[in-house]
Amino acid sequence: MAYVVKRLLIMLPVLFIVSVLVFSLIHLIPGDPAQVILGQDATPSGLAALRAQLGLNEPLVMQYLHWVGRVLQGNLGHSLVDGTPVLNLILQRLPVTLELALGTFIVSLLVAFPLGILAAVYRGKFGDTVALFSSSLGLSVPPFWLGIILLLAFTVKIHLFPSSGYVPIWQNLGQNVWTMILPIAATGVREAAVLMRMLRSSLLDVLHQDYIRTARAKGLVGWLVIVRHALKNALIPVITTGGLQLAGLLGGLVITETVFSLPGFGSLLVQSIFSRDYTTIQGAALVIAVLVVVVNVLVDLVYGLVDPRIHFGKESA
Amino acid sequence: MSHSPAVVSQQDSVTISRGARLARRMWRNRSLWFGILIVAAVIVVALLASWISPFTPDQQNYASLLQGPSAQHWLGTDDLGRDQLTRIFFGARTSMEVTLGAVVLGIVIGVPVGLLSGFYGGVVDDWVVMRFVDALQAFPFLIMALVLAAVLGPGIGNAMIAIGIGYIPTFIRTVRGQVIAESKRDYVQSARSLGAGDWRIMVKHIFPNITSPLIVQTSLAMASGIVAEASLSYLGLGAQPPTSSWGSMLKVGQGYITNDPWLSIIPGLAIVVAVLGFNLLGDGLRDYWDPRQRQ
Repeated sequence: MAYVVKRLLIMLPVLFIVSVLVFSLIHLIPGDPAQVILGQDATPSGLAALRAQLGLNEPLVMQYLHWVGRVLQGNLGHSLVDGTPVLNLILQRLPVTLELALGTFIVSLLVAFPLGILAAVYRGKFGDTVALFSSSLGLSVPPFWLGIILLLAFTVKIHLFPSSGYVPIWQNLGQNVWTMILPIAATGVREAAVLMRMLRSSLLDVLHQDYIRTARAKGLVGWLVIVRHALKNALIPVITTGGLQLAGLLGGLVITETVFSLPGFGSLLVQSIFSRDYTTIQGAALVIAVLVVVVNVLVDLVYGLVDPRIHFGKESA
Repeated sequence: MSHSPAVVSQQDSVTISRGARLARRMWRNRSLWFGILIVAAVIVVALLASWISPFTPDQQNYASLLQGPSAQHWLGTDDLGRDQLTRIFFGARTSMEVTLGAVVLGIVIGVPVGLLSGFYGGVVDDWVVMRFVDALQAFPFLIMALVLAAVLGPGIGNAMIAIGIGYIPTFIRTVRGQVIAESKRDYVQSARSLGAGDWRIMVKHIFPNITSPLIVQTSLAMASGIVAEASLSYLGLGAQPPTSSWGSMLKVGQGYITNDPWLSIIPGLAIVVAVLGFNLLGDGLRDYWDPRQRQ
């Protein structure tokens, strides 16, 4: 319990720093933010109105306190483009990104587990070499380029999948899955490669330990030793990596969504950047950072549950 | 005092066998060799782009737009009739410039902070530096680069700064972890008991012992930096026209994917090869310095 409380306490300063960083974004803009947002043709009254809307006339600390106060009430401000509440924009787009991230994560687990186990068990053999080379290649292929190649192969050449568009899961499950296969494949290759390497390396460490030798000496069948004994301990670093990957995926899908024209969180961010919609950029950056912090804390908590040797007090930060 | 011949020959054989062992270990490390070869090739192409390119990167030829590979244009031409091979060579230069600049920025800030934080520890390390690192890492790498590029404005210099800031927490974490581990070792205690000051211990004793993981991290950071630069340029926030960049070439190519797919395939392959090179180099170096591999 102390572990959980302390882990949650550590989250507070991180969230504070995240909030300061996100708040500072608008102040990092070189020159007068209102002038940059509205452009050179802005009228003095327009500039004054925008400065008032963004609260730029107040002292910096008051601006921050007011902003945090609004954020804590769920008010992320309004889009500078059309006045829509930023939270609404994000909530409309987030399900697409979450579906893509979770789909990618599940597929990468399904690919990485058998390959990682096979590579570790047959270390140094042909299969291991092939798996390692494939994972090196998988790590080196940018997901957005793979996306373009998949579009070329399966959309342009054989017309199997749609090139773009998104059907919400609650409208038509079959079509939803059909539109998500290529984006998930494009991002999943890299994620599967990372997990596979981590599982292989972690399993190799465990397979050399005494208790595995004892299990084998007792006459347990090879696969039973791996599944029952080795895998459980080898999973601990894999959980950390997987959690970090899931957190990274939430933000890293920006470009995949752009390639496949998916109306997700990432494409919202890109659109906001090009329309200089800084309140939406701020809101999107804050939501993604908070999600990542929460996922990281959840991973740490799962880590503590899986490995009873972890006592928070003995850990370094 | 002279050594007896027997002692000298024994020392020689030990030296030779150790050298031979090192050479054999390096030779067997295929990742390392492939990595060195690919990275060297990319760097040479980037450095010599002006001399080895058959055309200039901005040389437009409206008589040969969107041509496929031919004897004159080995990798074809783009939508403005520019030679693709030339732009790939200059794209390597852009990619290396931005990535190297970003990694240097990450190292220049991340290494001293990690060194000091890991060495002194305490409240500042636990509650300020590491929480700041956690907060920076809460922003996925590409999101941070995108947002910073948006705030600072598009362009190569700003892309370099945006990617470099993303590296700072990675280098702080790597160095800090290594410094904490090294600080507990006997040689540090010995240096301290001989009267060495904190600065001397950090710079002369600990730092040389943490360079191996730092070099590995640098190589892997170069790999992710190439993808980040290409991503920013693909989205229009990195290199601006007419500067050659693999990412912006991909973006242009995607518009012609139906009839001229090589415009998308070739820049992507260039990215894959460069990233693969730095990944293999990083993996190879990690294996080479891994004590378990020496057994």
